[in-house]
Amino acid sequence: MRIRVDPTKCQGHARCFALVPELFDIDDYGMSSVKDDGSVPPDLEERSRLAIANCPEFAIEEIAEGTP
Amino acid sequence: MARTSPVADWSVDFDVLDQGYVDDPFAIWDDLRQRCPIAHTDRRGSTWLPTRYEDVTAIAHDVDHFSSLEVAVIPFDGEEPEEPILPYGLPPISADPPLHTWTRRLLLPWFSHTRVDSYEAMTRDLCRSLLDGFADPGRADAAADYAQQIPVRVIAAILGVSDSHSDMFTGWVRDVLEFADDPERRARGVEGLINYFLAEIEHRKEQPGDDLLSMLLHLEVDGAPVEQSLVLGTAALVLIAGVDTTWSAIGSSLWHLATHRDDRRRLVADPGLMPFAVEELLRAYSPVTMARIVTKDVEFAHCPMKVGDKILMNFPAANRDPEAFENPDTVVLDRAVNRHVAFGSGIHRCAGSNLARMELRVALEEWLHRIPEFELAEGAEVTWAGGQVRGPRVLPVVFA
Repeated sequence: MRIRVDPTKCQGHARCFALVPELFDIDDYGMSSVKDDGSVPPDLEERSRLAIANCPEFAIEEIAEGTP
Repeated sequence: MARTSPVADWSVDFDVLDQGYVDDPFAIWDDLRQRCPIAHTDRRGSTWLPTRYEDVTAIAHDVDHFSSLEVAVIPFDGEEPEEPILPYGLPPISADPPLHTWTRRLLLPWFSHTRVDSYEAMTRDLCRSLLDGFADPGRADAAADYAQQIPVRVIAAILGVSDSHSDMFTGWVRDVLEFADDPERRARGVEGLINYFLAEIEHRKEQPGDDLLSMLLHLEVDGAPVEQSLVLGTAALVLIAGVDTTWSAIGSSLWHLATHRDDRRRLVADPGLMPFAVEELLRAYSPVTMARIVTKDVEFAHCPMKVGDKILMNFPAANRDPEAFENPDTVVLDRAVNRHVAFGSGIHRCAGSNLARMELRVALEEWLHRIPEFELAEGAEVTWAGGQVRGPRVLPVVFA
């Protein structure tokens, strides 16, 4: 599983970081981005789905397999 | 004396200062969502009140039609001076891009995750000393003696001003936000805030500190210092936005826990629930409504909105919309899917949301650690403030 944060949608609510700090970086302005290439280790998949489901800006999405 | 005349039909003549609405707006929103999801009134000018999550968030994202130049829910009714002291209002909250964009970037680092972590120990000590200081054994006003005392002191520390003036700050902020329909009180609040910060600014011109106010004052943007009226407006914003709001969230959460024994005991027994509980309490009792002003005629969801109309950004009602939340009127402490917009949505997302969350969490943790069992005092009259910010102002509780 891989995920991404759409930088045009993120407004810095930081819900993703609170739920799965292992997967996200937040800059000084609150903007979130995925660590590395957004790969989610199997043991974090469930929590990463929580992060997707709790973003008020619908800014986090799963990347379909096979997408570079 | 009632502040408002009675409302017969909420869909065409709503009044957010109606005492029944302030005390219990939830049933009114449910009714409106079903028969007229965007209500209208001509009280205090032509104003719209969306109640659905989808509509509130769509308006928040459409900055092209809906401007933040007027964000006050209770508009000022008197004459503005010809040369206002704050020509830009309170940026970034009262600004649109591009002014919004760069003034917001000045503030955000002061409320980043890492910066907020550094305020936590101070907040915890403050909560403990308030609990130590309750005058009467076994009873307290959880709003006035506790919730109200916390955010104002944390914000004072961030701004670098003395927390010995906390009661004065709280009074001014309430004058501006809660009593803006009373010209005398509003003027007192505005003048108090402006004169106080003007004196603090003069002081920092000579002796800058490492606080937010000094930073704003000594900053250069595009090679020039920031205009003093912008510094003044931004400093006043930090105080105004950081006090009534979080205090209301803490107070409402304590009201919920005082009146819902099962939730209280569950949270005491399982402190790991706290991060989810904080989000859920913010959803269910969202304190803040902001306004927008229509800048281009638009038909929005079959409503003919005209230039100059106001929209009340009803984030609290959006967070109770059954289309967006399962069982919205039930507090589910471990609610897993919770895209609440208590801090707004879009480019004006509350800049202090990390700070507010930390304060709410620490205030609840420390209260429950010291007072795990408490309930409303018998016969106590809880009073609520409403309008721009909703929360309890008197909350008498008893405990063992």
